[in-house]
Amino acid sequence: MKGAEILIDGLIKEGVDTIFGYPGGVMIPVFDVLYSTKEIKFILTRHEQGATHAADGYARSTGKTGVVFVTSGPGATNTITGIATAKMDSVPIVVVTGQVSTKSIGTDAFQETDMSGLTRSICKHNYLVNHVRDLPRVIKEAFYIANSGRPGPVSIDLPVDVVNDSLPDYKYPETIDLPGYKPVVKGHINQIKKLAEAIKNAEKPLLYTGGGIISSSAHNNLLQFISKTNIPVITTLMGLGSIPYDHPRFVGMPGMHGVAAANYALTECDLLISVGARFDDRITGPAGSFAKQAKIAHVDIDPAEIGKVVKTDIPVVGDANYVLEKLTEMVDNSEYVEWNSRMSELKMEYPLHYDQKAHEYILPQYAIDMVNKFTTDDAIIVTDVGQHQMWCAQFIKYKQPRCFLSSGGLGTMGYGLPAAMGAQVANPDRRVVAITGDGGIQMNIQELATCAINNIPVKVVVINNSYLGMVRQWQDLFWDGKFSQTCLKKTPDCPDHCKGPNGNCPNRYWPNLEKVAEANGVKGFRVESVHDLEKTFSAAFAHKGPALIEVMVDKLTNVFPMIPSGKKNNEILFGDEK
Amino acid sequence: MSKKHTIIATVTNRVGILARVTGLLAQRGYNIESAIAAPTEDPDIYKITLVVKGTEDQMEQVTKQLNKLIDVIKVIDISHENNYIVREYIIMKVNINRKNRSEVLELMNVFSARPLDVDNNTLTMELSARARKIDRLIALMKPFGINEYVRSGEFAMTEDPRRSS
Repeated sequence: MKGAEILIDGLIKEGVDTIFGYPGGVMIPVFDVLYSTKEIKFILTRHEQGATHAADGYARSTGKTGVVFVTSGPGATNTITGIATAKMDSVPIVVVTGQVSTKSIGTDAFQETDMSGLTRSICKHNYLVNHVRDLPRVIKEAFYIANSGRPGPVSIDLPVDVVNDSLPDYKYPETIDLPGYKPVVKGHINQIKKLAEAIKNAEKPLLYTGGGIISSSAHNNLLQFISKTNIPVITTLMGLGSIPYDHPRFVGMPGMHGVAAANYALTECDLLISVGARFDDRITGPAGSFAKQAKIAHVDIDPAEIGKVVKTDIPVVGDANYVLEKLTEMVDNSEYVEWNSRMSELKMEYPLHYDQKAHEYILPQYAIDMVNKFTTDDAIIVTDVGQHQMWCAQFIKYKQPRCFLSSGGLGTMGYGLPAAMGAQVANPDRRVVAITGDGGIQMNIQELATCAINNIPVKVVVINNSYLGMVRQWQDLFWDGKFSQTCLKKTPDCPDHCKGPNGNCPNRYWPNLEKVAEANGVKGFRVESVHDLEKTFSAAFAHKGPALIEVMVDKLTNVFPMIPSGKKNNEILFGDEK
Repeated sequence: MSKKHTIIATVTNRVGILARVTGLLAQRGYNIESAIAAPTEDPDIYKITLVVKGTEDQMEQVTKQLNKLIDVIKVIDISHENNYIVREYIIMKVNINRKNRSEVLELMNVFSARPLDVDNNTLTMELSARARKIDRLIALMKPFGINEYVRSGEFAMTEDPRRSS
């Protein structure tokens, strides 16, 4: 059997039903096998970065491993941002890149790049396959590594002679022998006991949950643990959806743009129980000031996360689902009446809100809230990165896990549309909405055509304020309002120093996204008045295929609350919200 | 407090393993004083001995991050072991003349350093010892004029834990 056939056979055995990618010279032998493979659907994207984010969206929305096929050189390097995105958020994808033949490696051959060198620090593991006899083992290991323990991307670099070579006695391996890779799933029972004891002694315990709850499908055990203990919960961006937004014990998302109640809870709690979260600097602020009054317990499948940022009093290495189940058995029923009424008080005192009636222009929060009106609980919301992403985290009514996809760790602009496309391919019967900005949409806008051609009915909501809004917000608040290179309307005729929109601003704005959508075969809408917003949404969501709504919003709305970079969790700016 | 730690990583002999290990340390901002990769009694297994400077907390991160590498089987920070043997090797070429040659040889004798090559102007010696002893030999040879030396970096092994003290 030829290497190319072994690759496809291995993928089928691993249960792969979809590949995202883009062909090229050294990958022709592989694409030749795909030509007659019925078991696998191939989505030809318009850019390799789009393919990688699509595989990521596929993986995040299903829990299955996403797969990417691209060629060597530029094809391979175009996947880098997507691989790094998946690494930071622990998303299982396998990226297969073509490579020049083993004899040409190191000669600067046409379309040669050292992919295993390039990906070393941004993937969970990588392979350069030097001989066809290694290929079956590499495929088996790659899928196992990507989607076990703490998930992550695996890259396989595949020289063209290896895919052309034959292996006479091919058999797909059934077992894996990786002496250096044994993820600890079962948390140490004594450590879990210690944690149960600490919960018993705590008066103000707080659960701080992250993406680990979603990766390990621990949401049901989480809800059971909460219903038994009544411990209030805060959730990171990556963990949104692991507990319904309206759950009585849910306090909200903490951090830089989190809700004030969640941040105050962090400063007031006496026991912080982190499960599957990694104390990101966007949440902790200066690590020395974080949760000062609390004993800290940290449950994580990755031992290297424990103690990385903050000192941990009770470390538990293990899978979130397993540990929560055991922990629930060990703890007593509890109420924490006083502490929970403090949480309710904080939630009442510092609600998230916006006041559309007081504004002439559409507020971005209002446009995002409108998405709630047109979606049901199982809708998958995919965001890009920036202001709209934070408003989505604040206002989307997430109810279920794997329904809120966002590039958290790397903060990749251009993630939204292709990831939504991947999620829609994986979930053809569910509603998938990409919420993006006028900056982010343009970074992978070519995938509109992929959606149209393959009839992938993603709805794209572009929150257009004609600014790179999050950077503009920082310039507004901390850089004396000097909007350096953040206005997307700026022309050479504009004055050198502009402090915001005024009567002399150019009237035109490119691109006209409604027209771009139409030119790509996607139904395009543009809405400028509050009055028209709902009916435009109604028309776009009623449309059968993919649709894009360009919502022209108020240009200078800032995201609040905000904890400025380097400030403590209780040093919150409320802006005009309060 | 920042101090030197000797870390031994037992690894699978796969392409690029040394780059993975040293790259990881560089990526996370640690400085490597020395690194040795060499085969072991099992041809599939290599040992990489690293000398890294850092605090206890940093070393904990280093060993945890190294353990995360798929091809790394085991990592020990040998500075935490009770009993271990650590050695470094040096080859050093010292300038000599007829008058001071015997003095140099005498000093070498004290350290059990062995001559490897000698001519009228230079004497080349070798020594395997603890790093501190090697430092002292270098210091003593300095006045004669050191032409060149090369050090291996430290490598180490724990004593048999079953042994009763």
